[in-house]
Amino acid sequence: MSTTNGLIGKSVKRVEDNRFITGKGNYTDDIILPGQTYAAFVRTPYAHAKIGSIDTAAALAMPGVVAIYTGADVAAINGVPCGWQVNFKNGDTMKEPKHPLLAVGKVRYTGEAVAIVIAGTREQACDAAEAVQVEYEELPVVVNAAEAVKPGAPQVHDEAPNNMCYDWELGNPKAEVDQAMATAAHVTMLEFVNQRMIPNAIEPRSYNASYDAANGRYTLYTSTQNPHLIRLLMSAFVLGIPEHKVRVVGPDVGGGFGSKIFHYTEEALLTWASHKINRPVKWTADRRESFLTDAHGRDHITKAEMGFDKEGKAVALRVKTFANLGAYLSTFSTCVPTYLHGTLLQGLYTTPKINVDVTAVFTNTTPVDAYRGAGRPEATYLLERLMDLAAHEMGIDPAALRFKNFIPPFDGVNQPGYQTQVALQYDSGNYEGVLKKGLEMLGYEDFRKRQKEAAQNGKLLGVGFSTYIEACGIAPSAVVGALGARAGLYEVGQVRVQPTGKVSVFTGTHSHGQGHETTFAQVVADKLGIAFEDVEVIHGDSDSVAFGMGTCGSRSIAVGGSAIMKSVEKIIEKGKKIAAHKLEANAEDLEFAGGRFTVKGTNKSVSFADVALTAYVPHVYPKDLEPGLDFSSFYDPANFTYPFGCHIAVVEVDKETGTLALRRFIAVDDVGNVINPMIVEGQIHGGVVQGVGQALFEGAEYDENGQLTNGTYMDYCMPRADNLPMIETAGQVTPCPHNPLGVKGAGEAGTIGSTPAVVNAVIDALWSGGHIVKDLRMPITSEKVWRAMQTA
Amino acid sequence: MQIHVKVNGVEYKHDVEPRLLLVHYLRDVLRLTGTHIGCETSICGACTVHVNGKAAKSCTLFAVQADNCEITTIEGLAQNGELHPLQTSFKEMHGLQCGFCTPGVIMTAADYLKQNPHPTEEEIRTALEGNFCRCTGYQNIVKSVQLAAEKMSESKPVTKEKKEEVVV
Repeated sequence: MSTTNGLIGKSVKRVEDNRFITGKGNYTDDIILPGQTYAAFVRTPYAHAKIGSIDTAAALAMPGVVAIYTGADVAAINGVPCGWQVNFKNGDTMKEPKHPLLAVGKVRYTGEAVAIVIAGTREQACDAAEAVQVEYEELPVVVNAAEAVKPGAPQVHDEAPNNMCYDWELGNPKAEVDQAMATAAHVTMLEFVNQRMIPNAIEPRSYNASYDAANGRYTLYTSTQNPHLIRLLMSAFVLGIPEHKVRVVGPDVGGGFGSKIFHYTEEALLTWASHKINRPVKWTADRRESFLTDAHGRDHITKAEMGFDKEGKAVALRVKTFANLGAYLSTFSTCVPTYLHGTLLQGLYTTPKINVDVTAVFTNTTPVDAYRGAGRPEATYLLERLMDLAAHEMGIDPAALRFKNFIPPFDGVNQPGYQTQVALQYDSGNYEGVLKKGLEMLGYEDFRKRQKEAAQNGKLLGVGFSTYIEACGIAPSAVVGALGARAGLYEVGQVRVQPTGKVSVFTGTHSHGQGHETTFAQVVADKLGIAFEDVEVIHGDSDSVAFGMGTCGSRSIAVGGSAIMKSVEKIIEKGKKIAAHKLEANAEDLEFAGGRFTVKGTNKSVSFADVALTAYVPHVYPKDLEPGLDFSSFYDPANFTYPFGCHIAVVEVDKETGTLALRRFIAVDDVGNVINPMIVEGQIHGGVVQGVGQALFEGAEYDENGQLTNGTYMDYCMPRADNLPMIETAGQVTPCPHNPLGVKGAGEAGTIGSTPAVVNAVIDALWSGGHIVKDLRMPITSEKVWRAMQTA
Repeated sequence: MQIHVKVNGVEYKHDVEPRLLLVHYLRDVLRLTGTHIGCETSICGACTVHVNGKAAKSCTLFAVQADNCEITTIEGLAQNGELHPLQTSFKEMHGLQCGFCTPGVIMTAADYLKQNPHPTEEEIRTALEGNFCRCTGYQNIVKSVQLAAEKMSESKPVTKEKKEEVVV
């Protein structure tokens, strides 16, 4: 894309690294405020129980204890809200039971907070929390979404019969899809579980709340992805405190992956308590609490059928999913299995009839919400597993089957966007291109030969494909509003040119690893033709930044970057007026390039820095023009953006032992224009490994009592450095036609594309050895592979 | 109990509770907050520091166990104002994203490169298996350590054969 000084498109090294590599980052838990107190929570060990008496007397008498609050103390306060309303098929509003700050009457998942203990030190708070005596009367438990809707299942909330939050449908009428399916020459059917994932940002959630009685002002430091959203939800919907008297700061945040989008009960509770005791209160989750109380991801039980005609063209797709939402609605939980999942089921294919039916269910488990990709990985997993399996069943090459079914290339400018059967209109795409590139990198022509050779040497080689699309750049406010979002999803970008020509950029997005301080500075410095070092990006503080919806859904560059671009354009436009006055010319006759305003066709020019100084020292200045050079813009996108790509995995299975190893991983991603290739590649690496983690290593396990049985790092298998190959990456660029930078977003692509590629590779390896296996439940361990080889 | 420690070259004497963890001593008492806590169970490695020159997970050591020890944290890794080659390499190779695990990873790698100055990719991966990173997928961390190893062997001349190994 166009650049004035080579900054856009260059792998500029990150400015934020300087503090992180020297230990000078500033994360929430690093902050200690004057008069600091510390909170510890009393959490239920039972997944479902009536709460009897709570005896705090002994705990209150312990050294250093400042206060203890239970559900009764906060019963009058609202619960944390859900930000997206999804209606039942019959039009009824979804069931939305109160999500209380502390449990009242009943606990509904293991780890739910029953009391908060505040003391002078962390140790004192923990000691006292252990001394709080709570009587529980255990109730029957349900953890599985498909079981929870059956008659007689334990009820999580009285107001949600059959544990249903809503049922929901999208696409073509079911009868039409059934009819199309009946014409199919072949139907591939897959019943599978997209298992529950635990996000596991390495920085645990951490909050530090304080109240300034003299000014009636609250400050909350929080490990969040969206400080303004937290301020809005907490002040307006939960605590009922004046928003302009609340400052929310998301300082350095150690990874989010979705789990730090949501407004958590602890944030509001600490803020409320800091006022009650008139001292700052800090809480940082320990890892056990992170496992139990950070919102989880995925957890779908799905039956999917895809029909093909005798040439292998898809004719229909029918999907039924039970989505587990956990015990309470987390902030965006309701839109994940619906508008972020059902809407993606067109995939890259021309399937003419699609129907998706989703039942969202309460269970006695930790709340489930967006986790890197959020709904789109589930949709991609479903489609790409079906595609590879259908190819195997029909005896068609899986790459050839995809080429047969791809939507043809379109740029969204000369050719219109592609209208799907499931509500979205894709912006631009060249889907064949990424698969072709991926096959070249793989050396596919030789692969099947290598596969045969390997089989003779005691190894089963398998290749798996995934050609994915996602909807990012979330989101056009009117569209999401019509679909039930209770917020707008525009972004704010302010560009403040200082008198010396140095520039401060304020963005409502939040960087917690994505490198915005570098990428956004590249954009602004490039467009203004100034040095990279002359731009600083400020984010994360509601007192500095006007507003913002934060960072989620790969939206920061597409929506946040576009808001900044709008302000840059306003700066240049006003700069032209100031420059024209200085040069005694008409503003219309000026052009701005390379950091100078020049009268077209002449050598008369003035520098950007000169114009900036004049704006602040307006002695000789256009009449009727305000001094200063500082603009703020709101950008509401016209559409989602649609990154896409092709991921290919190669696995090797030992025929004797079942030992499974990921040998190669190829990722070809088209994320539109790229500002900083180094950062985009890093996002792909991290995303791919999270997706590989779901395929091979990770997954929450609940027992029938609602106990999370692998809620520690000894038990939950995180991907480690020594179980991964080097990922081979490549890009393709199909610009987004509807935003000024032509960007699509790269944060989630890796996670969305990778999981089915790995699972497909395992299935391919097994088929190559004559083991006709349709599915293995993730995470696929060597043991599961070995067992499959013994039985199939 | 009173402890006497030398942290990043500075000597300290403090009275501490016997149960105070070394990581809390570093973070809360000395306010060296570059050392992070990710799991309190010595699995994730975010809290890695050097105790008498060896990498150790400070979340499962008591401060009193560090009595009379020399401790180096990420804040003390740079020498005479010069960043350690690992620090510069992590920036050059984009070996970090959110930065939370980074100090621990760098401290682990710094100790490891002392023991094995010319590691293979596989050896680096094995050496780092006790440090979790959720952002990078480890790829650029491995490359950062490789680059640092190269830089460090350039500054300390090695035999020709050994140098060729490094370049692989």
